Amino acid sequence: MKAAVSSSGKTLESELDPRFGRASYFLIVDTETFDFEVKPNDQNMNLPQGAGIQAGKIVADCGVEVLITGNCGPKAYNVLDAVGIKVVTGTNGTVREVVEKFKNNALQYSQGPNVEGHWV
Amino acid sequence: MIVTVASGKGGTGKTTVAVNLAVIAPEGSVEVFDCDVEEPNAHLFIKPENIVTKEISTMIPDVDMNLCTLCGECEKICRFSAITMIAKKIMVFPEMCHSCKGCSMVCPAGAIKEGSRVLGSLLTGQSSRGFNLTWGELRVGEAMSPPLIKQVKNKIDKGIGKLFIVDAPPGTSCPAVVTLRDADFALLVAEETPFGLNDLALTVEGLKKLGVPMGIVLNRADMENGIIDDYAVRENIEILQRIPFSREAAKVCAKGHFLVDELPEIKALFQDIYLKIINNLNSIQKSDKGGQ
Repeated sequence: MKAAVSSSGKTLESELDPRFGRASYFLIVDTETFDFEVKPNDQNMNLPQGAGIQAGKIVADCGVEVLITGNCGPKAYNVLDAVGIKVVTGTNGTVREVVEKFKNNALQYSQGPNVEGHWV
Repeated sequence: MIVTVASGKGGTGKTTVAVNLAVIAPEGSVEVFDCDVEEPNAHLFIKPENIVTKEISTMIPDVDMNLCTLCGECEKICRFSAITMIAKKIMVFPEMCHSCKGCSMVCPAGAIKEGSRVLGSLLTGQSSRGFNLTWGELRVGEAMSPPLIKQVKNKIDKGIGKLFIVDAPPGTSCPAVVTLRDADFALLVAEETPFGLNDLALTVEGLKKLGVPMGIVLNRADMENGIIDDYAVRENIEILQRIPFSREAAKVCAKGHFLVDELPEIKALFQDIYLKIINNLNSIQKSDKGGQ
């Protein structure tokens, strides 16, 4: 299975970035082999609004089944929900650690956004 | 002519200055517009009667998926991700939409119709002092105030030759810019605090870009730390008036009364502000004509 993890860096040892829409990178990780691909999110860093929507599109286009992140707002959640990507929020650690936790069924899927949308 | 009362920082006394100016002006010569649609309060002082309320909506895209060919043109033109194609679906996020209608213009299939969402209300009423008040009330939960502010300003009928006193929202983002954009003169209500100076300076920088002439009213002006005076000298902006701090004035405002009715010494200050504004506007009009 492929999982997207919001990440502060470009390796499996990078800390998970708790922000989804404005995460520095997304790591698209194969949960069996730990092969991964880096998707930069820099085009979203300067968006005044709508970063969550664009971030949702990026991970949707990668064909992942699950997103593992810290916080996910209502608009991003709607996008992910529309394409059937499951969302895990409220987790932390390195990318490798959170994927391990996910494989060990130690993480729970969110039933909805866990933070409010925000305005700049 | 339009005089817009602005500040940058909130709570410096914009509405107090705006409504008292309206009362001190010759009867029948002014109209008041409260553009702080997120928290309008001029009506609390003016107590208008015969209020007419109109619901204001804004355009949002309404996509007919039977006609949509999933070409993605709508998504490309939208700068706010308000319309997005995801997994062969078009998702609309109405709260992000700025109503530019770009998506419906570029749609080759004609699949995007004009829907709408309610922004709030536009209200007009008459003061017993012989002027009208027009204001907007943004719907609770709505984040997009500029379209409603524009509707309030559309009620300014420049042809009738009155002085239009516009109460601006605080801040220096879109709502303040939309309100100040076509002002003939900006009256900046300032306070002598570091925060007050910081936000005043942001507003002044914006007004320079908009090309709006300005003057300062220093409110609660008895800290005597001189930070606004020094700034005004540096920027070559006239301090038109100093309104001293007064517990009596605070009491009058808290009751929703006009300062100029109850405190003669403050009435004199407002008469002076009024005359200085009229003088400023006259010289602006002259220089406009001279340039033609």
